[in-house]
Amino acid sequence: MVERKLRVTLITGRTIDQGVGKELGKGSQEYFDNVAVCFLDSGDIKKLGLKNGMNVQVTSQFGSVVVKAKKYPHGAMSGIVFIPCGIWANVICSSETDSIGMPTFRGFEVEVEPAPDKPVLTLDELLKQEFGK
Amino acid sequence: MGKIIKSVVCPICGCLCDDLEITVENNEIVKMKNGCAVCEAKMVHGYKSEERILEPHIRKNGKLVPVSMDEAICKAAQILTDAKYPLLFGWTSSSSETQHVGVELAEELGGALDNCCSVCHGPSVMAIQEIGIPTATLGQIRHRADLIVYWACDPWSSHPRHVERYTAFTEGRFEKSEFKGYVQKLKAQASQKKVALTMRRTQVRYQQADSQAATVEAPPQSLIRAGRKMVVFDVRKTMTADVADYFVKVEPNKDYEIFGAMRCLALDQELDVDVVGGVPVEYLREIVNVMVNAEFGAIFFGLGLTQSVGRFRNVEIAIALTRDLNRKTKFVVSPMRGHFNVTGANTVFAWQTGYPFALDFSQGYPQYNPGEFTANDLLRRGDNDATLVISADPGAHFPKSSVKNMLKHPLITINPDWNAISRLGDVVFPAQWCGIEQAGTAYRMDSIAISLKKVVEAPKGVPTDEEIIRQILEKVRVIKAQKTEKVEKLDDFGNKNIAGGN
Repeated sequence: MVERKLRVTLITGRTIDQGVGKELGKGSQEYFDNVAVCFLDSGDIKKLGLKNGMNVQVTSQFGSVVVKAKKYPHGAMSGIVFIPCGIWANVICSSETDSIGMPTFRGFEVEVEPAPDKPVLTLDELLKQEFGK
Repeated sequence: MGKIIKSVVCPICGCLCDDLEITVENNEIVKMKNGCAVCEAKMVHGYKSEERILEPHIRKNGKLVPVSMDEAICKAAQILTDAKYPLLFGWTSSSSETQHVGVELAEELGGALDNCCSVCHGPSVMAIQEIGIPTATLGQIRHRADLIVYWACDPWSSHPRHVERYTAFTEGRFEKSEFKGYVQKLKAQASQKKVALTMRRTQVRYQQADSQAATVEAPPQSLIRAGRKMVVFDVRKTMTADVADYFVKVEPNKDYEIFGAMRCLALDQELDVDVVGGVPVEYLREIVNVMVNAEFGAIFFGLGLTQSVGRFRNVEIAIALTRDLNRKTKFVVSPMRGHFNVTGANTVFAWQTGYPFALDFSQGYPQYNPGEFTANDLLRRGDNDATLVISADPGAHFPKSSVKNMLKHPLITINPDWNAISRLGDVVFPAQWCGIEQAGTAYRMDSIAISLKKVVEAPKGVPTDEEIIRQILEKVRVIKAQKTEKVEKLDDFGNKNIAGGN
């Protein structure tokens, strides 16, 4: 049965492609293609009725962002989604530091839902939308 | 024929690989040998991309317009002296020489000084201050370690040559590389995949590994063989886990519990539960046995510990486990530092002020308090009224709410390229790429100082970030002296109510 939304745990972190894209330039196509993505477990992809490369909206209590869905290539991680670190992930992260300086970048609950009609914003579009610059 | 420069140091991650061979033609890097994919992206393509900033810019009427270096320096110095409490953040992709001048500027301004450590291994630094750290240089680990544990980190992605240069796949003096074994394992896996494919084609019911089978597997026999072994603990299977002898999938935010259970087992205590953090205790017992029987073990941990629930307590208990293991064998632990000179930022700040990050100079002397003077806490509370960002990109790596608060006040950026924060800046400086166009000192993740090389000339008119900070510092001193002089003149007219020059 296809579900409309899925509550999962968000993990952010590095990927080799994110590293390459970052070094080629934050405005590069490689950076956009490899960072504005959300890796999901194949079972969770089926639950949401997604196709590889379809847009999904990831929402936390701190914000919401549209990214491309991709199947996680290194095995099963049911109930966990992974977004490479970058501005798309940080739109939905909290600046709560538990009084030690480190914001909450991972390990919190988010909702994932298909968003085939919503576009993935580029770096400049996202900066304009979130910060008006 | 280009000029070949050997033993170039890679200025990207904390590994600081120093064996690159760079070919330079017409002041341009055209080829690079020995580096990883990320290194190639920066050293051969990224450093000369169209994203490069070639002249200073100031935001006028909402748009960034090119200005002279003098105008930008004056504007930046004026913003910083006008501010009551500026924040100077970044520093981790700069040379230690630049970091040294940065401390001087923060002291002169009476502002806050923080580096990227506060959003990566700041909690690790705090844990080390709490409990100490039994550690070793990467050279020691390379030659001697027969058990490598990567916990909550994925070096294959974030430090791509760490495994190849310092741990499982390196040829050490006393421990041999396991690369051949890994290749054999790959071949075996390829054969298994072929068999599985054939079975599916012939309609034989074959249960493929999917989310239903996402439980922890039992430790393999290969963990008790002689030679180097690699174990990975993570919440998801990573590229590093793919090459490891054993992968342990832990539940998110349960690292502390697992470390606690392993400490008990290492101290020969019994546990009343069967599963901890998603891992059966019997498996943990076997892993601890492997650890105790290792001749030289090394635990490397990453941001999965420092950014999850528990933060510095996770690191503290990882160090405590290492301490316990040292009662029975030799074990060391080390953080996987990210930016190439984040360790340098901690080191330089510490020998200059006594503290490694989260610094405040508002009282005229350095104070240290993570949670109070760390960049995200200052920004959350809206304490600072101007920000200078150097060699970092909080625009892409800080939570949205922190960046929003940062942009309520003037923002000065010093970066070589148009990253997210440069695009948001009010005064934007260009800078040379440290380690490509600028020589300097950087500290490897194990605190070893390494000299970065200059391999090409920077574009004309692009200064080093050290020169920019020095010029801003000089201008700040001039503006402050002028203000003091003005106040003194007023005093001569008998106006006793005027406050001091600061």
